[in-house]
This record gives sequence, structure tokens and C-alpha cells, in this order.
Amino acid sequence: MIIGAVLVNNIILVQFLGICPFLGVSSKVNTALGMGAAVTFVMALATLVTSLLQKYVLEPLSITYLQTIVFILVIASLVQMVEIMLKKVSPSLYRALGVFLPLITTNCAVLGVAINVTQQTIIPGHGFSVIDNTLYAIAIAIGFTLAITIFAGLREQLELVEIPKGMKGVPIALITAGILAMAFMGFANLV
Amino acid sequence: MSNSKLNILTKGFFKENPTLILVLGCCPTLAVTTSVVNALGMGAATTFVLLMSNMLISALKNVIPDKVRIPSYIVIIATFVSMIDLLIQGFLPSLSASLGVFIPLIVVNCIVLGRAEAFANKNTVFDSLLDGLGMGIGFTIALTLIGGIREILGSGSFLGFQFIPAEYNMLIFVLAPGAFLVFGFVMAAVRFIVNKNEEKKKQKALEEAK
Repeated sequence: MIIGAVLVNNIILVQFLGICPFLGVSSKVNTALGMGAAVTFVMALATLVTSLLQKYVLEPLSITYLQTIVFILVIASLVQMVEIMLKKVSPSLYRALGVFLPLITTNCAVLGVAINVTQQTIIPGHGFSVIDNTLYAIAIAIGFTLAITIFAGLREQLELVEIPKGMKGVPIALITAGILAMAFMGFANLV
Repeated sequence: MSNSKLNILTKGFFKENPTLILVLGCCPTLAVTTSVVNALGMGAATTFVLLMSNMLISALKNVIPDKVRIPSYIVIIATFVSMIDLLIQGFLPSLSASLGVFIPLIVVNCIVLGRAEAFANKNTVFDSLLDGLGMGIGFTIALTLIGGIREILGSGSFLGFQFIPAEYNMLIFVLAPGAFLVFGFVMAAVRFIVNKNEEKKKQKALEEAK
């Protein structure tokens, strides 16, 4: 399950979630790692909380149609919390991540995973389990960190290359990502 | 309609196209463009949300305190997204199945929140309505363009109508890497055209100055 989530169903390169920070923060390996750590923390916590809410509040009261609103509010407040913590604990990392921390709120990866785990069973036969969901979220976040770090490494190299004017910046980054996604397709039959 | 109003509507189509120039809302662009039908459905859903949330936010801009504006915007947007999600589930179940998690994810589509923050909270209701509509149409154009290229190359069809035999299809284009490649090349092409246009304008201005 973990290898599947990290490599085969890599959240960025196969599921297309979290593209914004993928393109935005991935110009340096260090920032990419920091972003990955922040996302891992928020994603694990958010999935834990939203899974609990789904199981003990939304489903018993049969108000699952409020899912989207409830989840996004939970995630937004969690991100705020992480931001305040990081400001105290590690000011240098806080400065490096800058504007992208509040943007985790609108990082579709976090909400996407939170909604995904409520719609499908992670391990066949286990049913809806809060622990499974949280583990899955951590694995997915590791996949996110892996992809964003590899990509940052590639982009550092790209800085040194001469590129046609129209291709500069995002377009060439997207094409690089496409080739990286092809490489990740090689993992498809691993599980 | 005066010229400036028309400008608000049309600037989203090409010059400030949200996906191709401003690079917002990339996740749905990459994920749902496997076919033209999906692209159009996603574009329409997003346009609805943009239109409604832009309108409501600009109507409420004097009521919402500045400090809590982002959470309030998110709640407003999430409400409209839930509405369109339930509507699509009810009336177009096949579209709902193929778009999947990406309909609720319109909430975190940067375009919607971006327009609310950058346009709707400073302008009148009617202008915001035009802006939302224009941006939504621009987004739909970009999605349909990418979706069209991917469907033609990947499955040899357009709007489900098969015209290239299956053995000549390049499957890679409907898979993940194809999305990145097509998006990258389309964006490069659009930027190339926009750059050319601007250079031409500059040259014209220079010649006129002489």
C-alpha cells in the first residue's frame, strides 16, 4: 500500500494534485524539502481530523453533503496553526517558505486526499479505518516530497541551459514534468 | 455595452487567460483534459462557480470584515461548489463519474479565490459578473484546446467521434505524461504568440515616434 501510494499512484505525477506548489516552490532543493515537510505534516493531520469527522459526525447525522465545506474549513485552520508554530520554531524555514504556507490551504493535494479516502477503501476488506487513512495520507505526502525534490533538482540544472524564449519558465518545467511522469510510469506494475 | 466593460469580459479569453498566461488552476487543467467532453464539463462547472462567487463576494464586500475575508470567501465558494457538485451528480452521473474528485476540488482552484481577491472585492457587482464570466470562458477555452489535442492524438477521436483507427493512437497522450507535455507545448505556443504581438506593438510605437 505504501509503495503504491509513493511511487505508483504518485500524487503529483499520476493524480495531478498539488501542481501549484509543484511549479511554484520547486526551484531550489532546500525549499522543496521544506515544502514537502510542511505538506506531510498538514496532510497527515488533516486526513486524521477529517476522517474522524466523517466517521463520527457527518455520517451519523447524514449530512455528508456538507463534506466539502467542513473539510476545507478544517484544513484552513490547521494550516494557520502550522504557520504560527513554524514562525516560533524555525524562523528561517518560515522565511524560506514565505507565501506558500498559506497556499497549502488551496493546495488541492490536501483536500483531494481528504476527500479521496472517504470515497474509497484504502486496503481492500478493511472498510473505513481512520488509521489506514492517516497512514495512506503520510505515504502520499512522502510521494509528494519525493516528486517535488527530484523536480527541484532538475530545475536547478535547467537554469544553466539556454532555452527558446517562449519556452522559458513554466512551459519547459511542464515538459520536464512530463518526462519525469514517464519515468514514474515505469513503476506501474510494481504492486 | 461600453468598451471598458467589453474589455473586462474579453481579457480573460486570451490576454490574461487564467491557465495559459497567469498559470492558475493547473491541477484540473492537467487532470480532466483527457477528452473534450470532460474539459467542457469542467469548464462549465468552474465558470458557474466563478460567476456566482464573484457576484456574491462583490455584493458583500462592504459587509465582510477585512480580517476574516479569506475564510468567508472560501465558505461562499464551497457553498456554490457543493451546489454544482450535487447538481452534476443528480443530472449528469456519467460526467460526475469521470470528473470524480475534481468537482469538489473547484473549491481550491486558485482561479476562483484569485479572482475574488484580485477583482471582486474591489469592483461593482456587474463588473465582477463580467470578470467571472470572462475568466470562466478563458479557462474553458484553454481546457478544451488541451483536451482536444489530447483526445485527437491519444484516442483518435473528437467529442467521442472516432476518425483515426485505434492502432494509430498514441496512448501516452491520454496518460499522465501526455498531460504535462501538451500543456507545456500549448503554453509555450501561446506565450510565443503573445510575445510576438507585443514586440510588433513596440515596433509600431517606435516607428510612430520617429
